[in-house]
Amino acid sequence: MSQQTQQPVKYDADDRGYFGETWGGRFMPEALVAALDELTVAWQDAMADAAFVSEFERVLRDYAGTPSRLYHAERLSAQVGARVLLKREDLNHTGAHKIRNVMGQALLTKRMGKSRVIAETGAGQHGVASATAAAYFDLDCTVYMGAVDTRRQALNVARMQLLGAKVVPVESGSATLKDAINEAMRDWVASVDHTAYLFGTAAGPHPFPSMVRDFCRGIGDEARQQCLDQYGVLPDAVAACVGGGSNAIGLFTAFLEDEGVEIHGFEPGGDGVETGRHAATIHAGEAGVLHGARTYVLQDEDGQTVESHSISAGLDYPGVGPQHSWLAALGRATYTPVTDAQAMEAMALLSRTEGIIPAIETAHAVYGALDVARRLGEEKGPAATVIINLSGRGDKDMGTAIEWFGLGDADGEAEPVIATAPGEEA
Amino acid sequence: MPSTSTAFAKARAEGRSALIGYLPAGFPSVEGSITAMRAMVEAGCDVIEIGLPYSDPVMDGPTIQAAAQQALEAGVRTKDVLRVVEAVAATGVPTLVMTYWNPVERYGVERWAADLAAAGGAGMITPDITPDHGSAWVAAADAHDLDKVFLVAPSSTDERVAMTASASRGFVYAAAVMGVTGARDASSDLAGPLVRRVRASGDIPVAVGIGVSNGDQAAEVASFADGVIVGSAFVRTLLDHPGDETAGIAALRALTTDLAEGVRRGAR
Repeated sequence: MSQQTQQPVKYDADDRGYFGETWGGRFMPEALVAALDELTVAWQDAMADAAFVSEFERVLRDYAGTPSRLYHAERLSAQVGARVLLKREDLNHTGAHKIRNVMGQALLTKRMGKSRVIAETGAGQHGVASATAAAYFDLDCTVYMGAVDTRRQALNVARMQLLGAKVVPVESGSATLKDAINEAMRDWVASVDHTAYLFGTAAGPHPFPSMVRDFCRGIGDEARQQCLDQYGVLPDAVAACVGGGSNAIGLFTAFLEDEGVEIHGFEPGGDGVETGRHAATIHAGEAGVLHGARTYVLQDEDGQTVESHSISAGLDYPGVGPQHSWLAALGRATYTPVTDAQAMEAMALLSRTEGIIPAIETAHAVYGALDVARRLGEEKGPAATVIINLSGRGDKDMGTAIEWFGLGDADGEAEPVIATAPGEEA
Repeated sequence: MPSTSTAFAKARAEGRSALIGYLPAGFPSVEGSITAMRAMVEAGCDVIEIGLPYSDPVMDGPTIQAAAQQALEAGVRTKDVLRVVEAVAATGVPTLVMTYWNPVERYGVERWAADLAAAGGAGMITPDITPDHGSAWVAAADAHDLDKVFLVAPSSTDERVAMTASASRGFVYAAAVMGVTGARDASSDLAGPLVRRVRASGDIPVAVGIGVSNGDQAAEVASFADGVIVGSAFVRTLLDHPGDETAGIAALRALTTDLAEGVRRGAR
């Protein structure tokens, strides 16, 4: 990974954090500029320091379990008529790609001599990952979480507390992820001398979009090499779900300059984009500034942020990482909404076909990627290859699955209502 | 339209600091906010800062967040803010809009500058853009002869203080503490050195905000700054009198009088 990490990225931001002169940047209070400048310098120094890069690799390998496997999903492949490869980030420690980002940022925090980290979290996954990294590196940790979410995700609150983190419920605004980010920034303005903000996705002000990408890009660097080693070819397409977009940019980065490789992001379509209850930011949003970056934003006529909706709390965010906005504007990547119902259908399909229960976030990518695989299979035959980032596992989503499918009652008279998988008999 | 610098010149001629009062437009209602701001002018505010309520105010503490959210829930729109500017500017004091960036970008920066100038606004305070990422606003403000009030913080380097001071027009907003808006019991020992650093880079007035809530604190800040900015204390006063406009306005006048006496007591 180290060699690739230091390659310049053609689709990268300029030194002020702008992607293509328009997207990204740093729309932030002056009070935080010194800290963001300090972080930028520290991150760039660290990425140029072989000792830091090798320590990061060692921690990910020995503690988090990377490189994750690239697994050929044979039954799924047979169903769609193309080779479907799953990048098994769900098998990482804490069950998702997010461990890469937090271990990178926490290692950097230690290097900068800071003693405390703060983080925002929606469903709690980034909060759990941050609390884990804080325990590993012996850092104080405070996690901001929307009050609505702390009630819905009590199990993750308990996990963070067990790991030694303090969880602060956020009552302001809509009391969800975006408000947790606001509250974490308010903490940071007052604590910046000794505190690092472990941002949970590849969004926010410069350097976060680029730095989080750098810590997550091992996903794609590994997958690209594994695909070449295992099958002797590059994939025809790569696919990932996009909320803020850290797992997606982590996969996409290695393939950006392979212009023959299609890049697909799948956004949360909620009840359907036409209903207005969705979080398909690139597909249905408009350019604006949210949380320090110019990017696509779900907003009203006056520029007030509109509440997003998704069955998947991890994708339920009214903004998106600015590099994705740029890739969409350039046409280098395609972003398509997948509805709640379609994602749940894919969750059931992958569970029954491969014995892998994906996170609902990830299930969006599975649904969308299978459409791509069917098309490529028809165009190019069964050797057509699609890599799906299996960004997280579904244990945390069983409550939602129980409700959606009517599961969990072994003695019940009602049969679980699971949608018929594509290609199967009704 | 009067630039804010006229208010600072007037205060300076009287040997005192200027008092700058903040309220969000549309709180408790559009008409109610106009009435309240006019009362603040009558009781001694030299400049009025009119907040544009925004869904994601990262620099604001709970008091101003609550007022902004109440205004948004009551349906306040960007165009209502311009109506408030027009009504308050008619009193003759300079009015500035304090706003996060996205509503301005959404409105259209150039169109916003034109409409703000047409409403009689003196300019804008921008808590989440800095001059180095605010070139669109700088250009529009210059084209329409508007004040550009940028912030400096105790964490700002000397280079950034100088850059910010030279890009600002009207005055420089010095954040007295590292933290969000809101009343504080203790005064900050960071404000004085910050004001001196701004002064070292030019002769633009410097006003200190964040944390001032009474006449004694105003007097202390006025002893070293050209202006004293008060926001959350005014908002708190109205929040404490829900549904009773008469009592709220009376309390607002009393607070303004106390603060106006403070900036005179602290005369340098």
